[in-house]
Amino acid sequence: MPLVYCGACSHAPGMTARAERADTQTRQALESAFRRMGDDIRATRPDALVVIAAEHFANFFMNNMPAFAIGMADSYEGPIEDEAFLRIGRTTVPGNKALSRRLIEKVMQTVDVAYAEEWKFDHGISVPLHFLTPDYDLPIVPANINCQGPPLSPLARAWAFGEALRRAADAVPERIALIGTGGLSHWPATPDSGKINQEWDREFLRRWSANDREALLSYTDAETYREAGQGGFEIRTFIAAAAAAKGAKGTVDFCEPVPIFAVSCTLGSFRLSDTRPE
Amino acid sequence: MSLYQVQKLIYQLNRDPRTRQRYADEPDAVLGEYDLTREEIGALLKPDIGLLYVLGVNGQLLMHFAALHRIEWTDYLERMRQGLRDHGQVREGVYAATGYEGVEAHEARLKAERETR
Repeated sequence: MPLVYCGACSHAPGMTARAERADTQTRQALESAFRRMGDDIRATRPDALVVIAAEHFANFFMNNMPAFAIGMADSYEGPIEDEAFLRIGRTTVPGNKALSRRLIEKVMQTVDVAYAEEWKFDHGISVPLHFLTPDYDLPIVPANINCQGPPLSPLARAWAFGEALRRAADAVPERIALIGTGGLSHWPATPDSGKINQEWDREFLRRWSANDREALLSYTDAETYREAGQGGFEIRTFIAAAAAAKGAKGTVDFCEPVPIFAVSCTLGSFRLSDTRPE
Repeated sequence: MSLYQVQKLIYQLNRDPRTRQRYADEPDAVLGEYDLTREEIGALLKPDIGLLYVLGVNGQLLMHFAALHRIEWTDYLERMRQGLRDHGQVREGVYAATGYEGVEAHEARLKAERETR
């Protein structure tokens, strides 16, 4: 079936770990935006949700770092973080091994993706799911782009990964929804945590909403590091989602800087009905 | 190579409950399995979050190592700032400090902006 949903959202651990320390109105508006996204995803009656995340050393480390990976299991555990810190209870989230395998086989035709029969979720997946599918009733296919340990996956390859995931999703009989999760500009877990470059975020989201491939791929890592911090490397997940949208334009449903959450909390989706024909 | 070893140990502690238990029961034995300098062992055992930060430990590893030691978020940030004061700028990796007005001043500025919208 053609991809039924394509979007992207923040995964900042502060959104749960330090929830009460944000301005109440902003926090309520953010949680409403997450509820709307969850409702929109459910309305497309998906059989599975592909989550393209930028995981943070829950599974992959510099001893053997895949540029791209997809999970291939019937269930996943998460979050790995201290439950008292993240305030999300550790749980088992359903997967679909057979579906993962078929998706991976398709993706592998164009992108050398690693597969993983074990995968522990960290906040990159667990925080969005906490808001979007709080009952953990939708099978998840986790996917990852190395945004943490340089050398990082090049942006053009993140785009290719998104395109490959789209081709794979379209080729299977199941109804597949897809989201990318990550932060735009941020300096997470450093003394500068809370610093946000709003102008940079706005410009990125302008390019993202326009689904302007050339403009999205024109960022260099040096420029991103300077203007958007090491956290800005996570734009790869948003870029992969844009590629999966296959030319459709995006809408930013919510974007507010929340320093105590360390990012501009952002949710957006693509109008897949606009997808360009083959 | 040594920063890699520090980070590898923290990676294992963060993700593996059995390593956490062993580290609680016999820290020296666990530390002995990694190729660490005396400075690194001292920073891990104390734990000296400020020094680990300056040594270049990736924040995505370090914040969970701090949480493991029940170090609250604001305290975690302050310990890194103290590390910079004590030991100078971050020596390796991509988690250097770049300067920031701080969350409270930033929130106050955003609030003022929202009110004038």
